[in-house]
Amino acid sequence: MVTNGFFIYIFFFFTLLYQTVPCGKFLCIVGSGPAGFYTAQHLIKNEPNIEIDMFEKLPVPFGLVRYGVAPDHADVKNVINTFTSIAKSGRLQFIGNVTVGKDVTLNDLRTAYDVVVLAYGAAQDRWLGIPGENFENVVSARKFVGWYNGLPEESNLQLNLNVETAVIIGQGNVALDIARILLTPIEILEKTDIAQHALQALKESRIRNVKLVGRRGPLQVAFTIKELREMIKLPEVSNRIHLEDRDYIEACIPKTSRPRRRITELLLQSANTKQAEVKDAPKQWELIFHRTPVEIVKSENQRSVEGLVVGINRLKGDNWENPQIEDTGLRETIPCGMIIKSIGYKSLPLSEELPFDHIRGVIRQKEGRVEGMSGVFCSGWVASGPVGVIASTLQSGHDVGKRILEDLRKGNCASSTEKPGRDVILSQLATKGVEPVTFVEWETLDNEERERGKNQKKPREKIIDVREMIDIAKKAQS
Amino acid sequence: MAASIRLTLSPCLRFIFRGWKFRTVPEYHSSVYNIVPNVYNLRKFSKSPVYKSGEYEWQDPKSEDEVVNITFIDREGKRRPVRGKVGDNVLYLAHRHGIELEGACEASLACSTCHVYVQEEYYHKLSEPKEEEDDMLDMAPGLKPNSRLGCQIILSHELEGMVLKLPSVTRNFYVDGHVPQPH
Repeated sequence: MVTNGFFIYIFFFFTLLYQTVPCGKFLCIVGSGPAGFYTAQHLIKNEPNIEIDMFEKLPVPFGLVRYGVAPDHADVKNVINTFTSIAKSGRLQFIGNVTVGKDVTLNDLRTAYDVVVLAYGAAQDRWLGIPGENFENVVSARKFVGWYNGLPEESNLQLNLNVETAVIIGQGNVALDIARILLTPIEILEKTDIAQHALQALKESRIRNVKLVGRRGPLQVAFTIKELREMIKLPEVSNRIHLEDRDYIEACIPKTSRPRRRITELLLQSANTKQAEVKDAPKQWELIFHRTPVEIVKSENQRSVEGLVVGINRLKGDNWENPQIEDTGLRETIPCGMIIKSIGYKSLPLSEELPFDHIRGVIRQKEGRVEGMSGVFCSGWVASGPVGVIASTLQSGHDVGKRILEDLRKGNCASSTEKPGRDVILSQLATKGVEPVTFVEWETLDNEERERGKNQKKPREKIIDVREMIDIAKKAQS
Repeated sequence: MAASIRLTLSPCLRFIFRGWKFRTVPEYHSSVYNIVPNVYNLRKFSKSPVYKSGEYEWQDPKSEDEVVNITFIDREGKRRPVRGKVGDNVLYLAHRHGIELEGACEASLACSTCHVYVQEEYYHKLSEPKEEEDDMLDMAPGLKPNSRLGCQIILSHELEGMVLKLPSVTRNFYVDGHVPQPH
């Protein structure tokens, strides 16, 4: 036993010698969402000689955990505790309220740091490219989600919820989140950290019917079973799932993987049982398949939308997972007063020299290493595109972390000059009049938000105005 | 001879090892998980059975009767024997012993980051997964028939000797040229 211990010590001692990066390295991460924090987590855990700076555009951290995860999914936000412990480990410095690409450039960062990790996510909309997308009451899911989550730039989003029917284009989890927020009884939403302006608007909302329209069929839905089950269990809401080819679907089930099988069975089952209850419930949601949006129409004298013209599809090919879509040439109009486009996000390049795939909206990279830029890595949605749950971002973050350490140990990121680290950047920011927000300052703001929430029995009342955020964050020091 | 070398060297190495351990792992990985208050956990009901904070797992077994030995196989394929006790939640037990099992949602069944593969003969000894657990497993990368969430496994005497394998982080990338074994 002692001998074993002895060898273990020797082993650890040598692994330590072998693994350590030669001398202290400076590393920065752009973006403070899950991708950034999970990459940082791997680095901090596995390498004692790295100091990390994390830049964030807003004065507040956590990216889509704060501004993307639906307010009624409080459990998902538990991950903030882990991120907070990383931020307070003493090895990571949060630098909020700094826009990379405006306040500092990517080149500045590359000069100051040994390694730059881009983890700024996907904050741009995709466009359908059909007529009428710019009409009033046609919004992107990204904006809508930002609006109800209190994202500063979307707080003034002009929405008219004084309509009966909303159409959501897309059948992913974001689409279901939005449908759920639109239909959830207000007594439930009141107890979440939903933004006050959104709560007020939803209180007055007349929306009774939400239709989720998808190009493909029930076997190809992108949402996951938890979100579907939540929709099915919504109180005082009925559902209607339009199935046209039940026999075909049932025949396909044995060929599918377990997750697909379970979700398809749930779809079939709820399509069966709920039909009888449809009349009683005051609100309803519908899943409409095999429809491609063709045009958004509005009436002559109104400015708001009146309907969505869709083309009816037929799915072709034996590959049920990825069938070809064939237009039958038939058209129909789905009447609605509001349209939300939930067809995915994309990223934008931070600077012109960044190799970028404009079609997919992602950085061109191989295993997290940005093409042709040594010492620059990317992680999360900016690298992979906007897919996957938090477990996938965790995996990708840790993978990229591994590759960074590997490159550092091999000396791939080493340059002839020693890098100066954060001081250069901070003084540069000071000359430009930018006020960086630290993690301690965020905690002041965090406390204030919780305090404000208490009065209304909410977990927190998010502060919407960026100026106000900074003032509160800096209050403790003055 | 060997014994004397062992006797003289081992305290030094123990010291070095402790020092190393102190610098890198524990402050961040083990204790901080428990210090940070669970601020988002506002709903008072608990979906997972007990010991939400993981405090229980930090208590040593009171007697040998309580001990349940299990083994983790970590993401690099190393075997990591762990001495647990009856009632321990596998997720928090893993945290205590520095095993990389994430648990992002803190055992509230809202993520799948504590996904493990359970050795076949023990898989059937576990209680049936709840619907919520199955739903979360459906989102887990690398789902297999013997997949479970670590946060839903509570140790009992029946599970003595159980082996839990963590899914490997990387699918096609290995630092040392290691080739993953087919499962």
